[in-house]
Amino acid sequence: MYEIDPSRTDLVDEFRSNPGGPHSPELVLVVNRLRVMPVADKHVLVCTKRGKEWVLAKIPSERGAKMELFEGQVFDDYYKGVWEVFKRRWKTVTGRDVQ
Amino acid sequence: MKKILGYCDNWSAIAGGTVQFKISTYGPDRYEAALVRVICGDNEPEHGIFKEEEIDAPLNGEHAGRLQPIDAGSYGVVPQSPAIDNLTSFTIQAWIFPTTPEKGEQAIVSNWRDDLAAGFALLIDDKGALTLRLADGEGKTSSVSTGKPLAERRWYLVSGSYDAATNEIAVCQKPIVETLERLEAADNTETAGGFASAGAPLMFAAFPAVLSNGKSASAKHFNGKIDRPQLLSGAIPAGDIVAAWDFAQGIGSDKFHDTGPNQLHGNTVNLPSRGCKGHNWSGNEQNWQHAPQEYGAIHFHDDDLYDAGWETDFTYHVPKDLKSGAYAIRLRAEDDETYVTFFVRPAKGTKTAKLAFLASTVTYMAYSNYHWLFHQRFSETTETLWTTLEKADVFLQEHNELGLSTYDTHSDGSGVRFASRLRPILNMAPKTPCWSFNADTHILGWLESQGIEYDVITDEDLHDEGASLLEPYSAVLTGTHPEYYTTPMLDGLRHYINGPGRLIYMGGNGFIWRCALSDQMPGVIELRRSEDGIRYRDEEPGEYYLELTGEYGGLWRRLGMPPQSVVGVGTIACGFDSSGYYQRTEDSFSPRVDFIFDGIGKDEVIGDFGLLGDGASGSEIDATDPMMGTPVHTLIVARSEGHSANTLICPDEIGFHHAAMDGVQSPIVRADMTFFETPGGGAVFSVSSIAWAASLPHNNYDNNVSRVSGNVVQRFLEEQPFALPETTG
Repeated sequence: MYEIDPSRTDLVDEFRSNPGGPHSPELVLVVNRLRVMPVADKHVLVCTKRGKEWVLAKIPSERGAKMELFEGQVFDDYYKGVWEVFKRRWKTVTGRDVQ
Repeated sequence: MKKILGYCDNWSAIAGGTVQFKISTYGPDRYEAALVRVICGDNEPEHGIFKEEEIDAPLNGEHAGRLQPIDAGSYGVVPQSPAIDNLTSFTIQAWIFPTTPEKGEQAIVSNWRDDLAAGFALLIDDKGALTLRLADGEGKTSSVSTGKPLAERRWYLVSGSYDAATNEIAVCQKPIVETLERLEAADNTETAGGFASAGAPLMFAAFPAVLSNGKSASAKHFNGKIDRPQLLSGAIPAGDIVAAWDFAQGIGSDKFHDTGPNQLHGNTVNLPSRGCKGHNWSGNEQNWQHAPQEYGAIHFHDDDLYDAGWETDFTYHVPKDLKSGAYAIRLRAEDDETYVTFFVRPAKGTKTAKLAFLASTVTYMAYSNYHWLFHQRFSETTETLWTTLEKADVFLQEHNELGLSTYDTHSDGSGVRFASRLRPILNMAPKTPCWSFNADTHILGWLESQGIEYDVITDEDLHDEGASLLEPYSAVLTGTHPEYYTTPMLDGLRHYINGPGRLIYMGGNGFIWRCALSDQMPGVIELRRSEDGIRYRDEEPGEYYLELTGEYGGLWRRLGMPPQSVVGVGTIACGFDSSGYYQRTEDSFSPRVDFIFDGIGKDEVIGDFGLLGDGASGSEIDATDPMMGTPVHTLIVARSEGHSANTLICPDEIGFHHAAMDGVQSPIVRADMTFFETPGGGAVFSVSSIAWAASLPHNNYDNNVSRVSGNVVQRFLEEQPFALPETTG
């Protein structure tokens, strides 16, 4: 499986500047790697006002368990939220913060 | 998050009939209800096309709310009987196939009353081992366990017995010996603390419980299969048969039979799966009807649900003159809002418009309360997105009692085969993501914008009435994704278009899966995803036959009735990141289809815009295939281009995967817009794309997707028959 090189800040910069894509072939590998992680404990967004507001959340490991919503992580722009999801998953997968 | 939910007893109300609404609040003690006609349910602010019409109705206004709980999880019940009540010594025995033995305590068979501390229960304990528990009716319970955890998904013969003469209780678990494993038998015997009959119904796969509203319910459900349970009047090896249940009898119903002398028949609750391989399945037969003796198992799940059983809050008497259409009760409680959608059709055998919109209610059921963003690890790479949940999704995650869709897996990992509409369905409503029902409201909004009169009829009506439902109409318009069809539905549609009927297939990935409805258990569809197809889960081998009808389940394509043989096209590819557009073909200049392109330029690109991937050809797209039965005189009037690298050929089109299966490289990834006439003077037009309808609202419904669609509707509503061309076929 493709492993992300956490030193590739160029790919991070590319994503941040254009989170909606299309992405370069190598960034596609990064994005897909961040998407195929297990569902449990995955950071996601919850739309709380259609087209206007999104909240960062984390899917629990058990069915029926409460979703964790990060009340301080509320976004009025969808791609600002996606950027936060990207950073959180990058940390989960690589063990390092996005620089 | 969600504070109010509801559902109704009937999705297709006849003008002059009634609909009962059942509402639950989750906190608030008051709520507001309002009847609305759904015109366009897409409420994305940037789209600016949401539209509903408030309708005067007695139900409009404030109502008292309260919590209505749900008893989810399937089980079997045998009514209380003297033959069980009078037991002093007994043996209970069954074959079991536990699928989550480590999940915690779960009942295999219970005859138990907590309030009296009486009865017996054969169960899997919190260590995953078989246990027999007794209670003496005076507060003392005793139990004996094998102490050895049961293996997951292996068959065991299990038994528990009580001997009143010796006051001993015993349990035994014996696995079916597998050659590659060493599963061991285990047993144990203890001195009991006494036994008193519960004087209660006997339950399979659950303990009795009581809901917060006082209604009888179930708890501590068993996940897995139970086969041939029997009850004897003495401890092993003595005793006479009290009951010997044969779960192979009554498949397709909620009844099961006792072949013993007391005829202690019972019924299932919440639709456990039947027609399932038993402990003795040989593999020589795949059809439960041909070898019922090998299909004696019921597969129970702790998250099965059929009828939520809520009490009715109000009944709407549909006025006889109410316009046919899509309607909803809009419910508001504090800062939350929910819609309960239903449809109003004309009286049977009548019409109020020349055009019928066929609402894909069976498909809506298949997708009801889908959980794939929670259950499927690869859903993000399937859909090429970052999971973005709705408030409703969060509620579903936290409330398993609302049940699952046919795209999901049960908590034990097995595929979900049933989906019911007799429960709150959070995603079949306006203001939800534009998929299935809410995507179809792009078509309703377009019809309204063009002033085209239409009736709404539903899949369940078509299943019940066949072609006679359609025949009054000059033309029938499908939704964006009429994916699931029962045999009577497909027969009815084929009969209609074999005559003078005209069909506009306004979507993609249609007429794909055979599913089943049942008169005995209305309001639920059954699906077995046999063999292959676009699906998030496999079907259990050996269990490909539907229990409601006995039919072989799966793709209509695999059943010899491909969608290409019905509407000219069938699914070829899926891609959700961006959509393509259409270019006219040579066929489009045939005089036979002049009417389609009235006002469209010879080189005009069609549908290079839209709300779904910025193009009219996308999401799930269809193509012609003569090998699959596309009529020989079919005209491919436009073909799509511009598909993405994430638009991939669907599994049923792939014999062997390869490196050029995407929309950029593959020569076969395209949508074929088609037209053909039928011998009865009718015709079929197919757009072959789910995304098509999402392009209709572009530029305030003034665009070439709207024009092509309108041209077809206009001609299809004219009386002049279509003439079948000379063909070489």
